[in-house]
Amino acid sequence: MTTQSISTAAYNRSAEELVRLDGLVKYFPVQKGFLRREDAQIHAVDGVDLRIFRNETLGLVGESGCGKSTLARLILRLEEPTSGSVHFEGADVAALNSRRMKQVRRKMQVIFQDPYSSLNPRRTVGSIIMEPLVIHRIGTRRQRIEKVAALMQEVGLRPEYSDRYPHEFSGGQRQRVGIARALALNPSLIIADEPVSALDVSIRSQVLNLLEDLQERYGLTYLFVSHDLSVVEHIADRVAVMYLGKIVEIGSRNDIYNNTLHPYTEALLSAVPVPDPAAERNRIILEGDVPSPMSPPPGCRFHPRCWLRIPICREIVPPLHDVGGGHAAACHVRAPAEISPR
Amino acid sequence: MYADFLRRLARDKLAMVGLCVVAVLFFVAMFADFLAPYPPDRIDVEKILVEPSRDHLMGTDPLGRDVLSRIIHGSGVSLSVGFVAVGISTFIGVILGAASGYYGGLADRIIMRFVDIMLCFPTFFLILAVIAFLQPSIWNIMIVIGITSWMGVTRLVRAEFLSLRERDFVRAAVSQGASDLRIIFLHVLPNAMAPILVAATLGVASAVLVESSLSFLGLGVQPPDPSWGNMLTEGKDNIEIAWWLSLFPGLAIFITVMGYNLLGEGIRDTLDPRLRR
Repeated sequence: MTTQSISTAAYNRSAEELVRLDGLVKYFPVQKGFLRREDAQIHAVDGVDLRIFRNETLGLVGESGCGKSTLARLILRLEEPTSGSVHFEGADVAALNSRRMKQVRRKMQVIFQDPYSSLNPRRTVGSIIMEPLVIHRIGTRRQRIEKVAALMQEVGLRPEYSDRYPHEFSGGQRQRVGIARALALNPSLIIADEPVSALDVSIRSQVLNLLEDLQERYGLTYLFVSHDLSVVEHIADRVAVMYLGKIVEIGSRNDIYNNTLHPYTEALLSAVPVPDPAAERNRIILEGDVPSPMSPPPGCRFHPRCWLRIPICREIVPPLHDVGGGHAAACHVRAPAEISPR
Repeated sequence: MYADFLRRLARDKLAMVGLCVVAVLFFVAMFADFLAPYPPDRIDVEKILVEPSRDHLMGTDPLGRDVLSRIIHGSGVSLSVGFVAVGISTFIGVILGAASGYYGGLADRIIMRFVDIMLCFPTFFLILAVIAFLQPSIWNIMIVIGITSWMGVTRLVRAEFLSLRERDFVRAAVSQGASDLRIIFLHVLPNAMAPILVAATLGVASAVLVESSLSFLGLGVQPPDPSWGNMLTEGKDNIEIAWWLSLFPGLAIFITVMGYNLLGEGIRDTLDPRLRR
């Protein structure tokens, strides 16, 4: 019930915008040879406009290499954008000086995919969780220790384990340590980059439920990056689908899963495994491979593999067209935008 | 983690031999005054070039000084040259390597080209030339060996930083707003310590060897202070009549260098995950 009310609130124009991305572009240069000539560019993120509203969970899905992790890193300013801007709580993140940037970093935290490489193996779990408090000089030593114990309790770890090292924990427990670290500064935005992909299926739902509980308790906003559509269906209020550096469809969970517009989303959904072997399935098998992000096809990026393509798809990039209620798709066939004036 | 490492190191017999040699060397150098049967510079004209015997286990030299006592006192020179020189080169290497690997870009290119330039010099002749200009003293030797042998460590540290920089726990620290220095010294460097330790151990062995060579050529520790290198020089003049003058200092150098090498290689093998059983 609560998620429903949050998701409707998200479409409400008055819902508070937490993050706004405008025309965000990130190219990685490919250098070759002794002189390091720039040979080509990888178009990792290629013109993304996106809004994340306070208290919602925005799921970001797409296959490997579509640029979703790069997008997450751009928001965190772990990478500098080639062009475009990131606004966080109304402030242009790229324009901030290092002191103000530190204040912004306090409000956005990250949970990584691999719980084995996201924790420093040389430090105890307690000091890992305490680190953000130390960096931002919050509280006295005793207060910090109390906060760490409270956080560990919160994420379902026993506070007595704070002297142990990460290698003494299981994958699921380590991911909980990562979550506790992200919570330490009471952030408003948590970017979760495939937080459950590396976990066993049995642990997955526990961690997802923990994330949902924490969202309710602290009014968190999530950007939930994943390649797993069934996980996103479980947790997201809104879903954005990415293909080759562009968002091809965005809408509420219901829009994406039940009123699918974009053929790529349709193909992705048809590939979700169904646990019932007798279930009848209309599996869409795409032809060909994902084109190289070094030379994306002209026009609609999906047209070489699309079964709906019409001539215009080869030439004109379809804009993300809103068909109503915040459901938008970039497709000339399913969501035609008026390109020429009436 | 460390307990596990020590247990596996203890199973490596050769590394343990190396460790014992190094430990004995430390002990001997520290208690040289108590262990040496005679003062190292006591001249006894009645006992010139005495063969090894019960009174003089390693014989005496042309001035009647006890060879064993001089070797015992010379161990301090080898030890301190090894450690100070490696300390200097490791310090330079870690600072430059960390800057190069962490910041990348222009700093990285300048530092790496500088390393390439330094590697073009034949190190030993560079040391010889510098020492010839300066006064040959034990301190000058330490410093010169230190500032001509940091290139390997720099490359090593840079490589470690390049790979660790991409790890998620470093990214997490960046996204929390940690300063560069905090990330370098608290998150990256502690995870790069193992290969640095191995390089330093092997570096001590080569520094000991360089010091001996310099002293042998007369540009190192100056007589009458004993060093294994200058004892060999004195030994070569009488090698036909007094083999013990050359054999024992040579053996001391050989065993010391081998001890450090065995220990260093043992640590490396123990740390290498591919060799774990």
